[in-house]
Amino acid sequence: MADKIILEVARYSPEQDTKPCFATYEVPVHKEWVVLDALNYIKDKVDGSLTYRWSCRMGICGSCGMMVNGEPKLTCATFLSSYAHNGNKIRVEPLRYFPVVRDLVTELSDFLVKLKKVKPWLIRKDTVPLSQGEFLQTPEQLDYYKQFSMCINCTLCYSACPVVGLDPKFVGPAAIALAQRYNLDSRDQGAVERIAVLAHPEGIWGCTFVGECTKVCPKHVDPAGAIQQYKLNAVLDWLTSFVMPRGHNSQDVKP
Amino acid sequence: MDVSSHDVLLVGGGGAGLRAAIAAAEVNPQLSIAVVSKVYPMRSHTVSAEGGAAGVIKEDDSLDEHAYDSISGGDWLCDQDAVETFVKEAPQELLQLERWGCPWSREPNGHIAVRAFGGMKKRRTWFAADKTGFHMLHTLFQTSLRFDPITRYDEWFVTKLLVDEGRVQGVVAIELMSGRIQAITARAVILCTGGCGRIFPFTTNANIKNGDGMALAYRAGAPLKDMEFVQYHPTGLPFTGILITEAARAEGGYMLNKDGYRYLQDYNLGKPQPKPVLRSMELGPRDRLSQAFVSEDQKGRTIQTPYGSIVHLDLRHLGEKVINTKLPFVRELCMKYQNIDPVKELIPVRPVVHYMMGGVSTDIDGATPLAGLYAAGEVACVSINGANRLGSNSLPECLVFGARAGKAAALFAAQQKVPNGSVLAQATDERKRLESQFLFKTGGRERISTIREGMQTTVEKCAGIYRDGASLAEGADTLRQLQERFADINLDDHNRTFNTELEAALELGFMLDVAESIVQCALHRTESRGAHQRTDFPARDDKRFLAHSIVHRNPDGSSRVELLPVKITRWAPGERVYGELSQTKEPPQAVLTKKAG
Repeated sequence: MADKIILEVARYSPEQDTKPCFATYEVPVHKEWVVLDALNYIKDKVDGSLTYRWSCRMGICGSCGMMVNGEPKLTCATFLSSYAHNGNKIRVEPLRYFPVVRDLVTELSDFLVKLKKVKPWLIRKDTVPLSQGEFLQTPEQLDYYKQFSMCINCTLCYSACPVVGLDPKFVGPAAIALAQRYNLDSRDQGAVERIAVLAHPEGIWGCTFVGECTKVCPKHVDPAGAIQQYKLNAVLDWLTSFVMPRGHNSQDVKP
Repeated sequence: MDVSSHDVLLVGGGGAGLRAAIAAAEVNPQLSIAVVSKVYPMRSHTVSAEGGAAGVIKEDDSLDEHAYDSISGGDWLCDQDAVETFVKEAPQELLQLERWGCPWSREPNGHIAVRAFGGMKKRRTWFAADKTGFHMLHTLFQTSLRFDPITRYDEWFVTKLLVDEGRVQGVVAIELMSGRIQAITARAVILCTGGCGRIFPFTTNANIKNGDGMALAYRAGAPLKDMEFVQYHPTGLPFTGILITEAARAEGGYMLNKDGYRYLQDYNLGKPQPKPVLRSMELGPRDRLSQAFVSEDQKGRTIQTPYGSIVHLDLRHLGEKVINTKLPFVRELCMKYQNIDPVKELIPVRPVVHYMMGGVSTDIDGATPLAGLYAAGEVACVSINGANRLGSNSLPECLVFGARAGKAAALFAAQQKVPNGSVLAQATDERKRLESQFLFKTGGRERISTIREGMQTTVEKCAGIYRDGASLAEGADTLRQLQERFADINLDDHNRTFNTELEAALELGFMLDVAESIVQCALHRTESRGAHQRTDFPARDDKRFLAHSIVHRNPDGSSRVELLPVKITRWAPGERVYGELSQTKEPPQAVLTKKAG
């Protein structure tokens, strides 16, 4: 392994620049270092104005997503050494399809709006006092939605999704997976309330099933699977509505 | 200057902050509640908590046993009234989280599953695999979205508390996105900013854990408590400091020295058994395990690496299935960050700074001595953790005392007048300070990273697992010099938009103040207790120090340490017993008469 690596980092300050450009930095390579360590090295030792988000450095807070050589990655989990074959050059850019605030920082507020729209909280029609203890849920029932509860909101899937690129109104992979996380939870009774947002051209029907979201997900959430599953249920609902017009809803069917 | 106004203002949106916000909204839906956080709430460090949350729920367990484990684990420095409140309300809070959708791990019959944890004599730790904090935080965040009274200020950095007429009336904050500096006034403020692990060079704590809330309170005149008690977690991955949860040992992992020997048997923690024994060996408390590591290191029984000495955590005998179901995140972290597979290989680990037992001094409603100011979670010291926190007590602490502080602040706020105009003059002064001393200042000669590294090395050297008077005094001097050099700081970044260098400089200022409070408290406590081990005063001294350290900031910036007696309700101070003896000996129950009321 070479002892130096070149980082080409996208730089943009709205107060100084009319458009983004790339700055080049030479950074020492240690075998334990990830792309984020290289960015921290630059900020600490070379240029304190380099701007990016990071926090936990263990792949769980979801802050440090960036494009690394064109792919959406958590930079805390992307080792410099894995790019040694690439002419020792790494290009780091902000996550694609998001407005850029500055350098590597993207604007997230639209994602937060979409997240809230799908009502990602447990909805109950009844109120059961705490004194009655926990809602029972078997390990099998837990497994049914668990995968979709693993989303860390890193938004890598939005950067991978060509539909997000074409239609910014598309609710998007993470938010739909999260809606499905609650729909599939045996304790939830809110699937009906989520239909309007999900079974909509900007909801699941926007997805063309490219599947890139699932490929880039660092937590194996499989948003593409969630969307396909929901599409099937939505079609069943539509068909069922002719047969059983009074409120039957397959979204409420869970183990 | 722009101003916005709310009734209750939260600084921090992690486990404690979101729980407090929801509690305030439920107590009084008419109130306007602000959550001001320097990161989007789901990025908060609660997200990194792995192992679980303690709360008595099973038939074979009792509140008294949870209280006794916590009090003895804390080396009798816990306030026992606070512990009693805590153990009583923890199960309710964990159940409430279940109602909000938290995906707790389950028994085959659908009931909540519990696991063993260090220093706990019964299995009482609720868990969501080994991503408990992540699931708790996302559950709280997603639930908070349905409360309309809660307004979020995402990515706003609080620089100062506004105090007038002896009462906290709001904050000054920077909106990172625009760089705008403004006042946000409120009738009550709750600090929920978490700990300060980043003061140390090697920590499990996220980059955002800079003691912000501790410094904000300290500077505003609220005292800090028990700052000398810093928890080293015995199992961090070398270099990254990534935490390998105590649950790995609760599920049966072994600690091995360089000879493959389960060395904890040499440290009064019991005899090795093939299966984990509660309050014994690998399930001993964190302070004792980290101290045992230092002794092994001094005896030359550790392994030397470029990132310090290590011992091994061995999970291989648990098998792939147990590791995948109970410890999937441990496996993921080891494979992704250390390039080893714990199913087949030993995990290299060393003690790592993890948690602050100390913090902003509060009562059991989260109220500080400064009117209108509350604190909950790691930033606070109630105190239920005493001289050493037991693993899995901190997550329920965030919930119990977050909820209590939220309710208390809501009731307090409803009785207060609107903040007065004079705080706006203070806010304008604060903006001028930020601009002239940091943002637009030129010609400074010091780099942030140089001073930060200096601080980290100093604090580790003088206030690590073992301390002594001479090195603490030397550390205090070095910190004073670093404070002076900090005044000569230089920023490369003079933009307003998302200026993370300005934020880092202000965080460094916070950390320097908090570091000083740690060292001063450690100097003052001339005894050894829990996580505070003085080689020059190796014994516990209940005669003088069955008391909290209360540290105030003098007007000239220096500090003053006083003592406040520990509140004892039912458990007289005794010896901490782990290993076989803790299995046979019943905990002393209600040895003191409970006070009326």
